[in-house]
Amino acid sequence: MDQLLNDFSPGLFFMQAIILLILILLMRKFAWKPILNSLQDREDGIQGALDAAAEAKKEMQNLQADNERILNEARAERDSMLKEAKELKENMITDAKVEAQAEADKIVAKAQATIASEKKAAIADLKNQVAGLSVEIAEKVVRKELSGKDKQLELVETMLEDVTLN
Amino acid sequence: MFTGTVVWASSGDEQHKSKGNPIDTKEEIDAYIRHHLQDSHDFIFYTDGETGTHYGFPLPVILWDGGIKTFMSSKFHHGESVAEVGGSYYKLYHGKVYKTDAEGTITLDDHDHPTNAKPLDFSITKSVVGMLFAGLLMLLLFSALARGYKKGPIPSGFARVLEPLVIYVRDEIARPNIGEKKYRKYMGFLLTVFFFIWILNLLGLTPLGFNVTGNIAVTVCLALFTFFIVQFSGNKEYWKHIFWMPGVPVPMKIILMPIEVLGMLTKPFSLLIRLFANITAGHFVVMSLIGLMILLKAQFGAVGSTGISLILTLFISVIEILVAFLQAFIFTMLSSLFIGMAVAEHDHH
Repeated sequence: MDQLLNDFSPGLFFMQAIILLILILLMRKFAWKPILNSLQDREDGIQGALDAAAEAKKEMQNLQADNERILNEARAERDSMLKEAKELKENMITDAKVEAQAEADKIVAKAQATIASEKKAAIADLKNQVAGLSVEIAEKVVRKELSGKDKQLELVETMLEDVTLN
Repeated sequence: MFTGTVVWASSGDEQHKSKGNPIDTKEEIDAYIRHHLQDSHDFIFYTDGETGTHYGFPLPVILWDGGIKTFMSSKFHHGESVAEVGGSYYKLYHGKVYKTDAEGTITLDDHDHPTNAKPLDFSITKSVVGMLFAGLLMLLLFSALARGYKKGPIPSGFARVLEPLVIYVRDEIARPNIGEKKYRKYMGFLLTVFFFIWILNLLGLTPLGFNVTGNIAVTVCLALFTFFIVQFSGNKEYWKHIFWMPGVPVPMKIILMPIEVLGMLTKPFSLLIRLFANITAGHFVVMSLIGLMILLKAQFGAVGSTGISLILTLFISVIEILVAFLQAFIFTMLSSLFIGMAVAEHDHH
């Protein structure tokens, strides 16, 4: 302790105090203040950027959720539209089938009716023609039979024989 | 300077020894170490033991002895002659300036302390040069870092090394101890003191032979700064805890008061002794280990003693580099802790 007190130099103490005081003031003005301010600014900037990024991420997630929802809605709508169309198609096909069947039936019925009437007409025509032909043939046969006088007399006689005088 | 001298002395052959007077005995080495640990009025890089010449440069001496007296320390001739300034005579004795008569007689008391009058010595001593050098270095380095931020948010070059140190002091020392709200006010002091002590500690490990932070006057000054800052920033709660401890019975309050007042003083005292003792001890050990080179020469030979000394000195020097940082850290840490205690809000009472 005695040695320490002896070693203590008031002059050096004074010089040190002055130097340290001036150094603190100078360093504060020219170094620490700008450095700490810049560091603070930078850290605030980084924090702000991080916050903004988190915010953006959150928004992005919201957006994605929205998109997902819209997509799902669209998908559902599409499905329902498809289903409707399918039903419509099926209905149309069934209707068309029924109609076609009816039309076909109608045509067939008409055709049958026509065929039947044509048949009748043809039969009637045939009958007429057969009757005409028969008369003609008979005429020809008769003419041939009665070509001589003998024959004509014979016929008259035969006929007269048949005719009984009532 | 010591390193240079010792290396010179140990590498010198017998011829040199017979001619000159290198430092080669235990007593001489001890004296040399003591001399190194003290402040000096001139800057000597190395002394030629052969011719007794010192290589270095003188520093200005500024004395207050009924008026300012300035002269260069070369007038002392390294303590060998008396300096005469304006009719007064001064002589260096063990690194200190004493007022003497024209013949330079120093009278000693029973404890070998001179009884001569001591003028107030504001000289630019080696320690002051060291402090000025450290201060300038800090100003240059950190104002460069500050300017670097004007170019962009990320510093470049050497500033990239300094920035984490500043952030370290702020985030690991000041913020946790003082608190988020109030730390900013004390950053100027804490950062300055941290780098000041650290740079001076490291300077002490260079062969330039500075021993600034191992000087009791310097550590007293640093600790006093902390002491005054703590007292001036102490809030009502702080003073209440010292003089009228809340939450204890009145007799206890009276007993606690002197203890707390003592505690107020022992805090800076521990700061100044810790720094002083650590750095002084470090210098002492390193120099003693270098001295081994000479002392063990007889037993182990020149190569053996140099090898032993080299390995041990290297080992201790590496530890000293750690201690240099550690002491700067501890001083700043405890200062901020004391400030933190003085400004803390005790909302639990």
